[in-house]
Parts: sequence; C-alpha cells; structure tokens
Amino acid sequence: MNVAAEAVAEHPASRPASGQDAVVHARGLTKRYKNAVALDGTNFEIGRGRIVGLIGPNGAGKTTALKAILGLTDFEGELSVLGMDPRRERPLLMREVCFIADVATLPRWIRVQEAIDFVAGVHPRFDRAKCERFLARTKLTANQKVREMSKGMIVQLHLAIVMAIDARLLVLDEPTLGLDILYRKQFYQSLLEDYFDEDKTILITTHQVEEVEHILTDLLFIRDGKIALSTTMEEMGARFAEVLVNADQVEAARALKPVDERAAVFGKSIFLYDSADPEQLAQLGEVKRPSVSDLFVAIMKGTYA
Amino acid sequence: MNAILKSPFAWLLKREYWESRRSFLRAQVIAAGVIIVLSILGVIVAEATRARWSGHIEMGGNGNLTEVLQNALSHNIDGLVRALDGMMLMFGMLAAIVLFFVVFFYLLGALYDDRRDRSILFWKSLPVSDTATVLSKVVSAVIVAPLIAAVVVLAAYIVQQIVMSLWFAAHGLNPFPLLWAHVSPFSTWLHMLAMIPVNALWALPTVGWLLLWSAVARSKPFLWAVAVPIVAGVLNFWVQLLGMPHVDVRFMWGDLVGRSLLSVMPGSWMAVYANAPDIARLANMDEANRHVGTYGMMYHAFATPEMWIGAIVGIALIAAATWFRRWRDEV
Repeated sequence: MNVAAEAVAEHPASRPASGQDAVVHARGLTKRYKNAVALDGTNFEIGRGRIVGLIGPNGAGKTTALKAILGLTDFEGELSVLGMDPRRERPLLMREVCFIADVATLPRWIRVQEAIDFVAGVHPRFDRAKCERFLARTKLTANQKVREMSKGMIVQLHLAIVMAIDARLLVLDEPTLGLDILYRKQFYQSLLEDYFDEDKTILITTHQVEEVEHILTDLLFIRDGKIALSTTMEEMGARFAEVLVNADQVEAARALKPVDERAAVFGKSIFLYDSADPEQLAQLGEVKRPSVSDLFVAIMKGTYA
Repeated sequence: MNAILKSPFAWLLKREYWESRRSFLRAQVIAAGVIIVLSILGVIVAEATRARWSGHIEMGGNGNLTEVLQNALSHNIDGLVRALDGMMLMFGMLAAIVLFFVVFFYLLGALYDDRRDRSILFWKSLPVSDTATVLSKVVSAVIVAPLIAAVVVLAAYIVQQIVMSLWFAAHGLNPFPLLWAHVSPFSTWLHMLAMIPVNALWALPTVGWLLLWSAVARSKPFLWAVAVPIVAGVLNFWVQLLGMPHVDVRFMWGDLVGRSLLSVMPGSWMAVYANAPDIARLANMDEANRHVGTYGMMYHAFATPEMWIGAIVGIALIAAATWFRRWRDEV
C-alpha cells in the first residue's frame, strides 16, 4: 500500500457522519477465497439518504463487499445492513434492499407482464401502478420477452421494476456496463428524478466514475480489500486540491508534500494536495477541485505495479 | 382458495410453469396429439380399405362396415370396454414416459440454468427464501407437471372419443351407449390421479439427487448426475468380480443407482410391489395386470420400507441442494 493512501485513510475527517443512522455498518469484514483475500478486515459505514460510490480497481473487493451486504456470500467479521445480519435474515432483508447486478440478469424467457406479475406476487413493497407508469415511458410492450430486447431495454425493464419497489437500500453493481450513452444518461437521470429521496440510500460500483461523479454524495475507495478513502463529496472538495504549476514553481510545489504529481501540457505539472493550506496553494498557480477519477488514480497509484 | 392462489408460493409455482410450459404442457399435448392423429389416420385407412374392397370382394352381409362393427360390438361389449380402458391406459403410459423425460431434465436445469445465465442474481434480489425456491421446484416436478399430464390425458381421451363417435355416427351407430356410457375408463383416470402422491413420494430420491447436481455442478449437471452413480455401480461390480468386499450388486443397481436416477418414472414403485409375495402368488399375468395401479397396491406401496427410506434420503438430498443454492458463491 502506498504511503499516500495510508495517510488518506487515517485522516480524521474521512469518516462520514452517520452513527446509528447507518444503513450499512461493517467492522472487520473479512472474506478469504482459496488463493486470495478479497476483504481484509474492512471497516466502513453508509449513512441514510446518501448516494455512495464504492470505487476500486478490479479485484479490490468491491463485488465481494456487495455480495456480503446482499447476503450472497459468507464472511467473517461484523456486518449489519438495516440492522439485520445478511447471512441469517436474507429473505427479510431483501424486502428492504434491491439490487441490479450487472446488466441483463433478467431471465431471457420471461415476458414483461410475467415479470411484473411475479414481482407483484412475491414482493410486499412493490407498487404495480408505479412500475407500469415507468414502463409507459418506454417502448416495451406487455408481451415482449426479455430475449427479444436490447440490453438497453432490459435495463429499462429492470429499473422500472426496482424503482417501483419501496426499498431503503438500492445496490447497483456496474449497472450501465455495455449500455450506450443515451441509456446510461437516462439510467442515472431516472434514479435521481423518480427514485431517490432522503430515506433511500444508493450504493453504486462502477468503472465509469465520470458518469456518476456528479450524483454521488459519498466516496468509498477500496483497495486490496481495505478502504483507502472514505469521504463525503463536500469534505473531499475541502480537503483535496489540484494545482496547475508552472515549471519554475515545481520545487516549491513539491515542498508542500503533494499526494500526487503528474505532467500537464506546456511543461506544467499538476499537483494534488491533501489538506494543504489554500493560501499557499494559490501562490503556486491555479487551484481547482480534483475530479473523482484523478483523485482515484492518485490514491490507487502503484496498485498494478 | 383465493388467498392460496395469491400467496407468494403460488407465484413461485406459476413462475416455474411459465419457464417450463413448453415441456410441462406442450410436450404432453404433442405426444397425445400424435396418437389422436394416428387413430384418425387409422379411421381413414379403414374407410379407404372398405371402399376398395366393397367394389371387388363380397364380404359378409353386403360388405357394410356398419354391420361388421355392429356385430362385433353386440357380441363383445366386454371387449369394447377393455379397449376403451386400454385407450386411456395408452394415453396414460405415453404421458408417463414423456413426463419422465420432462421432469428429469427440468430438475437438472432447475438450479443450474439461472446460474449459467446469471438470472439467479435477479431471483435472489427478491424477498424469497432459497428454501421456498427449491421447494417450488420440487412441487412443480412431482405435483404440477403430473397434474398437467393427467389433464392432458383426460382431454386427449375425450378428443379421441369424439373422433370415434363421429366415425360411429357416420355409420348410423349411436355412440352414446357404445362409447360414453362406460365409466371404467374414467375410473382408470381417477386411479392415475390418485397415483400422483404415491409417485411423488417415491420420486424424492431422484428429485433430490438431480437437484443436488443442478445446484452444485459448475457445468454439465447431466453428466455428473448420471455418471457418478453408474461409474460407482460399475466399480462395485468389478470389485465384486475381484472377490473383494463390495456392496450387494442387486442393491447397488436397484436401490442406489436405480432409485437415484429412475424414480421419477411414474409408477416405477410398482416394480418393488411386483416382487412382493402376495403378487407373486397371482398365477396368471392377467390377474396381476388387473391388480396393477389399484388403490390396494398404492396403499401397499406406502407400507414398504423402500418408500420411506427413499423419501428420507430424498429429503436429505433436497436439503443439501438448498444449502448449495443458498451459499454457492460464484457469480
């Protein structure tokens, strides 16, 4: 683990204020596979009414963490989701938790009408009228089978079903993988406009950080089965700063102990700082808030080395 | 009743039916349809033959099929009843064979197909316990599919009767006293219906065995489920040839291999009963046949240890399959 990430993780402000309001509460979450440790004593909390991005490189433990939260896998350590133990109380928990794992996990033989009837039959918190309202905006027809749909249409159907369920936690695992840009934009747009409110919590993992960046309220960076950064977006903006520095100022910039340094155009360099003095930074050059992806790259540096 | 139909478990059963209606319903309809088409062809052939012969050959009377039929029927009403019964039995046996294959492959796919196409992630996102899911598949295999088959058998028999009635009527015979007045075929059908719970209990070891591989196998559940018992049986046979300690060969093939793969064949429990002393005493086959499928025989089947030991093993296997369904962690 690199030094920067360690320092970041221990920062006192890096814990989102949630306490007993936590929807997910994990302490010492550990999962070992035969040849690898997927989660290594991970601690994190997810508060109510947040939209949290769980972001990490491949193999960092994202999917394992989600599976633990959803009760799909066994694990060691302490984990409570909405006050329940996902290992023992899964069927009950799933009344309050929804998830979309990947695109195209709807069974290919099912028809739109059957899917709606079935979910309405087994899910006490499903609102059929609401689902039908969402579907009316799409081109889907009641008799259409999933195997006859494009990926984008499958996601529309899945999203319509999920958004009609009055759940408290929605887990999205790479929900827009393989979708074209129109569907991707529409997907998050619908979530924000028609679904999200202060009683709901959304947990998203995705590789396409740029497209969720503007909707996230919290960030969880995960690396090697540990949380490398846990922060709200506001705190992140206050803590981290990026400065575009001219070649002649580079030494001065390095003296302020940047978390990361990378080259930019015209011989300039971009430095990323954690909790640096804003006034000092302003003297070095143009200061701005780093993007989530730049912050991610800086903190994950050396992961694949 | 309404509350039952709207319960989550009923929806699980409907779900299974939607997914498998092709095999549960359509395969049965096609099989019965083939028989009906064949019998219609038979009628056509009979009519064509008559038309040709009546021109050339002098038959009894004036070569009138009506008379031939009439003569045959008036002399042998017993034979007619047996033929009608036989028709029902034939539909029933055909449905049983189709049902065997349908249920066998349904069970192999029941916990495997949705893992392969990852739709298990959708099913698992709903508030349904894995126990309920697996149970819905068991009930679909041993109750729903056989009930559908039974309904198709009855419908096929009625269609067949209508075809024959039209034929009779065309020859000026009143079909009602001839074809419809005999209750025997319908009571044969009720026997088939009554056999469903016996078949169901008897099928449990195979149901459990197939579901287990369906839940466990990473690929090719068919190969695992079939190869494991057969290889074990062959190995045991060799060991016996070598004179080393082995499982009794009859027990191995009949009670272990046979029960783990073939018990979903409707009526296969009768084989055990056939060995029972009181049926071995029945001298002629006819008498034995008349005994087949009677209520007494079903009652007797419930009294055999094979039935209950098999059921216990089957339930244990189903429980194991449920455990794997819950904790198998691969997607």
